Amino acid sequence: MSAVRIFVPIDAAARSVGADETAAAIAAEAQRRKIDIELVRNGSRGLLWLEPLVEVEIAGRRLAYGPVADHEVASLFDAGFASPHPKAHGPTEEIPYLKRQQRLTFARVGITDPKSLSDYLAHGGYRGLAAALALKPADIVASVTASGLRGRGGAAFPAGIKWQTVLKAPGAQKYIVCNADEGDSGTFSDRMLMEGDPFVLIEGMTIAALATGATRGYIYLRWEYPDAERALEAAIAAAYAAHYLGENIQGSGARFDLEVRMGAGAYICGEETSLLESLEGKRGQVRFKPPLPAIAGLFGMPTVINNVITFASVPIILERGGPYYQNFGSGRSRGTLPLQLAGNIKHGGLVELAFGLTLRELLYEYGGGSLSGRPIRAVQVGGPLGAYLPASQFDTPIDYEAFAEIKGMLGHGGIVVFDDSVDMAAQARYAMEFCAIESCGKCTPCRIGTTRGVEVIDRLVAGQDAPKQETVLRDLCETLTLGSLCALGGLTAFPVLSALNHFPEDFVKSKRAPASA
Amino acid sequence: MTSPSPRRVIPLKAEPPSSLSSAERKAIEAACGRLKSLPGALLPILHAVQEELGFVPKDAVPLIARELNLSIAEVHGVVSFYHYFRQQRGGRHVVHLCRAEACQALGAVALEAHVKRSLGVDFHGTTADGAISLEPVYCLGNCALGPSLMIDEKLQGRVSAQRFDALMAQVRAQAAKP
Repeated sequence: MSAVRIFVPIDAAARSVGADETAAAIAAEAQRRKIDIELVRNGSRGLLWLEPLVEVEIAGRRLAYGPVADHEVASLFDAGFASPHPKAHGPTEEIPYLKRQQRLTFARVGITDPKSLSDYLAHGGYRGLAAALALKPADIVASVTASGLRGRGGAAFPAGIKWQTVLKAPGAQKYIVCNADEGDSGTFSDRMLMEGDPFVLIEGMTIAALATGATRGYIYLRWEYPDAERALEAAIAAAYAAHYLGENIQGSGARFDLEVRMGAGAYICGEETSLLESLEGKRGQVRFKPPLPAIAGLFGMPTVINNVITFASVPIILERGGPYYQNFGSGRSRGTLPLQLAGNIKHGGLVELAFGLTLRELLYEYGGGSLSGRPIRAVQVGGPLGAYLPASQFDTPIDYEAFAEIKGMLGHGGIVVFDDSVDMAAQARYAMEFCAIESCGKCTPCRIGTTRGVEVIDRLVAGQDAPKQETVLRDLCETLTLGSLCALGGLTAFPVLSALNHFPEDFVKSKRAPASA
Repeated sequence: MTSPSPRRVIPLKAEPPSSLSSAERKAIEAACGRLKSLPGALLPILHAVQEELGFVPKDAVPLIARELNLSIAEVHGVVSFYHYFRQQRGGRHVVHLCRAEACQALGAVALEAHVKRSLGVDFHGTTADGAISLEPVYCLGNCALGPSLMIDEKLQGRVSAQRFDALMAQVRAQAAKP
């Protein structure tokens, strides 16, 4: 009889709640009982409230147990890993949270061993590249355009148009740059993907290189993700060894070299021109546009710069064809979006679904309501520059245009939940404070306006001539929106004004609850 | 198109004054030697120096500037722009505590107060025994399992005040081992 396969995620979130200790306990217990096991450190399935989620493969099916602490491991062995066990959830694929998802980009995350190229190939990896190698560059671009894929970093710019511009742009050296500076609070899909299925990102970037004639690529990764760095470095080395990177990729004659570069803790470097400055070894200050990076990007050369999830969605588009991907979604938002349920939520995790379901379905049917059990009062969608939405807006469909209509944004798909203990004036103040800390300093509204914004909110909340302060705050927000060079200052008004408009009572001194200790 | 002309290195008249130990100096020069041919080499070099020494000493700046043929102001500008680069020597371990919204929704503000009280330092400070430096961080990508913090390179989730104290006791016990 072959060894029983047991899976314990190596994902940083799983490790943050004890996955390493659980894995070590499983190995020790198996040795003690002389049971032959094969311990696989997979990516996370994204059911984060169940981490560490242990899976045992029995008769070709994976059974889930979680959360399993190290001291509970012996009881799993005692039960022979058969249900019933208090931590058993049955076959992983049948858990409703997972079963109802439409996983295209995250198809392999949590299933494969992220270090294993052969596992990647056995689960359909590199089929997109094989298809791309048989196509002319213009046809690869046409396929991406037909899919309707829009940039998943937040700005939602059509990927095909960006690629087409780089393809057409003259340049002795073109670059493919992956924006892995996932700085928005409430987002972790890039991290999970890079740790759980790094090869799909490498494959997507390689396809982009073939489509545009680029031969060098960089993954700009935030320093806060050391686990992702390890996973990417291992995968890149394996891809080089098997001729999926380097010169003469799979005998095609095409060359693509890829390396990881680490950021250094600057939120602004998630803005694409600032990221390019940082890659060039400079302060991460925003550039004026035009020229677009597609024309004059890294080192002044034509550059495709896309988010992790955008590149990682490309292999399946090439494998199945643009129309397959385009079939998912609603309106002008095509395909699927990996959403991230975060903050005060009972069932936090990753939910990849076609565009179109409502925020309410996501919060209650997937998320199960708040973790604290108290009513959900506000939800911030789209990171620190996204709007705070009250319950009356929870029926908004997850769709780029629908969110723009309510003066919000979907951004990178992060959804942060707050219960009724939240102080929305404090959240508005924090939004201004965060922008002041992270401003690159190049434009005046953002550099100075956000510091003044903190002061104005303090005076407003203290009740010092409140109507006047509110007028100043709204005026300042308008200046930030219209006068900032990039989205950092340009979007700071979203969280501030949404908090003020939807939760005005929190800004009135007489109505505020006394500050708790 | 003409090929770019090679950069001319203007030799400095005098060695810049330096408080670096010879080991520090060697580490900085080694990092420069190994990485300076990379396009956009400055960040990789600063990372290598900080990884080796735990911080980027003030006197590393003129040295790196000379190696890369940049001005001291340019290098200083980069070191000081990025929150991650430390310009002062830190503790033996660094705790990065998340201050961002998803962690706030789970009590990060109260945890922050506890952490500062329990360590007896504010952000950017180092405990009196030199064991722990405290730094703020804006999102560690663990937003469904907050409040979160990172001790050196290890992420920790669902950190309560009690769990924080236990983690610090562990860190200090490790540090005390010979």
